[in-house]
Amino acid sequence: MAERERRITPPYGGVFVARTRVMSHDDLNRAVWRMAHEIIEHNHGLERVVLVGLQTGGVPLAHRLGAALEQIEGESPPVGSLDVAFYRDDIGLRPVLPEAVTDLPADLDGATIVLVDDVLFTGRTIRAALDALTAYGRPRSVQLAVMVDRGHRELPIRPDYVGKNLPTRRDEVVDVTDDGVDLGEMVK
Amino acid sequence: MTHLLSVDDLGGASGIEEVLRLTDSFVEVSARSIPKVPALRGKTIAWLFYEDSTRTRLSFETAAKRLSADTMNFSVGSSSVNKGESLRDTARTIEAMGVDAIVVRHGSAGAPHRVASWVDASVINAGDGWHEHPTQALLDCYTIRQQLGSLEGRHIAIVGDIKHSRVARSNVLAFSALGAEVTLVAPPTLLPPSVDTWPVKISNDLDAVLPTVDVVYLLRMQRERMTESLLPTLREYTAFWGLTVARAALLRPDALVMHPGPMNRGVEIAAEVADLPQSLIIDQVRNGVAVRMAVLYLLLGSGAELGTTAEERVRA
Repeated sequence: MAERERRITPPYGGVFVARTRVMSHDDLNRAVWRMAHEIIEHNHGLERVVLVGLQTGGVPLAHRLGAALEQIEGESPPVGSLDVAFYRDDIGLRPVLPEAVTDLPADLDGATIVLVDDVLFTGRTIRAALDALTAYGRPRSVQLAVMVDRGHRELPIRPDYVGKNLPTRRDEVVDVTDDGVDLGEMVK
Repeated sequence: MTHLLSVDDLGGASGIEEVLRLTDSFVEVSARSIPKVPALRGKTIAWLFYEDSTRTRLSFETAAKRLSADTMNFSVGSSSVNKGESLRDTARTIEAMGVDAIVVRHGSAGAPHRVASWVDASVINAGDGWHEHPTQALLDCYTIRQQLGSLEGRHIAIVGDIKHSRVARSNVLAFSALGAEVTLVAPPTLLPPSVDTWPVKISNDLDAVLPTVDVVYLLRMQRERMTESLLPTLREYTAFWGLTVARAALLRPDALVMHPGPMNRGVEIAAEVADLPQSLIIDQVRNGVAVRMAVLYLLLGSGAELGTTAEERVRA
């Protein structure tokens, strides 16, 4: 789940107060650049690769990865966005509304999908995303790219491309923006 | 929001806009190769239809299935209602089987309100007498917004049997809440007595109104409710109030034609006009499914209060 969404959701509500800067703007750019290279290396090019950013935090990151891939390979893979609200397992437990309309550009049958999110936490958003993708076709494989892996997984899900592994407490909040990554808390 | 009984339950423009925004997501869901999401798994929805319906019932049924809800069908013709069971007993019987929502259509105004007071399940008004049909108004707003971007400042004429039309009542509320200017065009005998209090203009001259409108919304001549000899003949109605081919030529080229269905081709709308490219009648039906998915999801799944922002939901 995008951390942004968690922030406006009970019991996490409040205002985010940053405590530590974990990645600077430059660190973020370097990580994007490295992850782009890893995606190309792992897939032996970009044949049938599709980047899918998860609403909301994963979408800008997916576009940045797409831009980096274009610089390296001369072409950007298709970049889409996916909102997993209707596939979440906590519908009824907290208010769940989609943030934006899903926009997947390519035919996903046989594609290599790289799911992109800003923060990997419990893994439940990714579980919902895997479920959602099946409504669009049968990809050849699905990979996962995240800027920050903060641990505390509740499902057997692991990322393929990681910007930074960041040990956290459960009650901390990781905030990924274009400027960098901050670690902090929600203050009521 | 627990029930959707009237357009007013949506809390004005912000609530209506929220339903329309959510509908965008369900339009996308409906376009997928597998147009189904698990959002309402384990929820049961029952239909309590005391009046005939094709599109509303099929539309709700499709919407529920695309949300993975289970549905319970009930048709008055083959039920214990024929043995004299009251509305209250029927509603409570259905509820006792464990339903989360009851979609009610009834010939009497206010029947869904009564049902809502008897049961804990969410009640959705799918048309009650001459009173309201809120999901029709929502799908009409969505269809206009899809074409024109917004209803703000648009001129919409609603033509025909306003008096017996629940669609007209709900649409006047919704259109005016979203900032449209509404003109009712009808013979004086087919205007309701309370119309002075509605936020509308009134005209008896369709030819004068047509060149000024962005949308002309035709109502069905409800022959089954016309027991009071309000019109000499249907041919006279068509001559003065029907959207004939000659009258359609008075419309601006970009003006839109809408009709809630079922159409009486040749009465309120000429067959050729119904099939014009600017006629949105099929779009209305298509959007109806997505709008009803949004309504069902808001009532049964989202846990969200309408008309509040995400930030406000936290503070509540």
